[in-house]
Amino acid sequence: MDTIAVVGASLAGVHAARTLRADGFAGRLVVVDAQAHQPYDKPPLSKQVLRGEWSADRLTLHDAVDLDADWRLGVAAASFDLATRLLVLADGERLTADGLVVATGAAPRRLPGTEGVRGIHVVRTLDDALAIRAAVEGGARRAVVIGAGFIGGEVAASLCLDGLDVTLVEAMPVPLERAVGPVVGGLMADIHRDHGVDVRLGVGVDRIEDEGGAVRAVVLADGAVLPADLVVVGIGVFADTGWLEGSGVELDDGVVCDETLLAAPGVVAAGDVARWLSRRARGLARVEHWEHAIAGGQAAARRLLVGDGLAEVFDPVPWFWSDQFDRKLQLAGRGGAGHQFEIVHGSLEERRFVGMYGHDGLLTGVLGMNRPRHVMQLRTLVEQDTPYAEALVAGRAA
Amino acid sequence: MRVVVDFDLCESNAVCMAVAPEVFEVRDDDFLYVLDETPGEELRAKVEEAVRRCPKQAISIAD
Repeated sequence: MDTIAVVGASLAGVHAARTLRADGFAGRLVVVDAQAHQPYDKPPLSKQVLRGEWSADRLTLHDAVDLDADWRLGVAAASFDLATRLLVLADGERLTADGLVVATGAAPRRLPGTEGVRGIHVVRTLDDALAIRAAVEGGARRAVVIGAGFIGGEVAASLCLDGLDVTLVEAMPVPLERAVGPVVGGLMADIHRDHGVDVRLGVGVDRIEDEGGAVRAVVLADGAVLPADLVVVGIGVFADTGWLEGSGVELDDGVVCDETLLAAPGVVAAGDVARWLSRRARGLARVEHWEHAIAGGQAAARRLLVGDGLAEVFDPVPWFWSDQFDRKLQLAGRGGAGHQFEIVHGSLEERRFVGMYGHDGLLTGVLGMNRPRHVMQLRTLVEQDTPYAEALVAGRAA
Repeated sequence: MRVVVDFDLCESNAVCMAVAPEVFEVRDDDFLYVLDETPGEELRAKVEEAVRRCPKQAISIAD
């Protein structure tokens, strides 16, 4: 392989590029990203950056520094053709990529019909977070956060801690139910309420009202009018694959990959954009977690460099954390609606506990609230597909 | 190899403990303890991976 292009220089792309070099790839390495910033870490965007505690330079990804690569920052990939291996960039540059790492991540969904209204934000990039910070420093007082997922919850907590009046709106009756189930989802809503966030569940947004092009209020489907000078939308993301339409690479809610992250000969994908065949998930899965992007970037790079016979199956236990107010939620594995859930340490009342999820008699996930040690130690039980009853005993003894 | 943790950054996610339990331990008080500040070279790969996987980039290696 003479030239490998890594498209997307966030966590997955940077770790793919670093692994390619670490594993001995000595050819030309081109790293492309639509954003002009040096590669940066995203979790602090909804917390430390939003609250003005950290400046942008603290987000620099250390693994991107001193990487021996040709950088194309601020230039998006425009198209790729699998048959000819031609990668075309938005500025017209044409490259022949023997190897391609797709790491373009995901892009936030926006509320239709709100384009051009000032004061409506998403949180995905550094510029997004800085724009919200500027709004706060510019005197925004009343915030409405639409969507009580992890991003919405973190943003609502950050804005609340900054002294804004915050309303958190969620269309589902329980927030985060798909991810952590009704018990923990309900607890997260309680935590927000106890800090003074006005939580509105089971109600959608009817429309946004503006005045002179700036947001004035959010009107809910039940008729409630929420005055707002700052709106943050956190209603999910979609895989950023537009540039691969017609490339010959299979797309279906992401880049479709086999069990080894290979999408096509010489094409791998990693991070939020990769929808790969996961044995653990019993089908195609796309995982949007921070750690998954590192592990995927590393695995995708190795996959590109080895022959088919040596390819390794990629199937880690997913893990994420979310910090909201003074609570740290961590989940290793999978939980959510339809799973059994039992607490093995602490209690909901203390808001410091460890719980285990089960499905079909097997342990599927370990969740901790302010209990990091247990989550990490019990994660191996999830990896080993431990029977649920046995896992509960081990969990209580941990 | 000397392991350095910036405890102002550390928020006890305990990923390092999962990667290199010989070196890192998060206890029930939710604080990280470095069990071995100068681990042997045989642990370098593990410690390097812990450095990479720290969600706060709070760990570094001073040679």
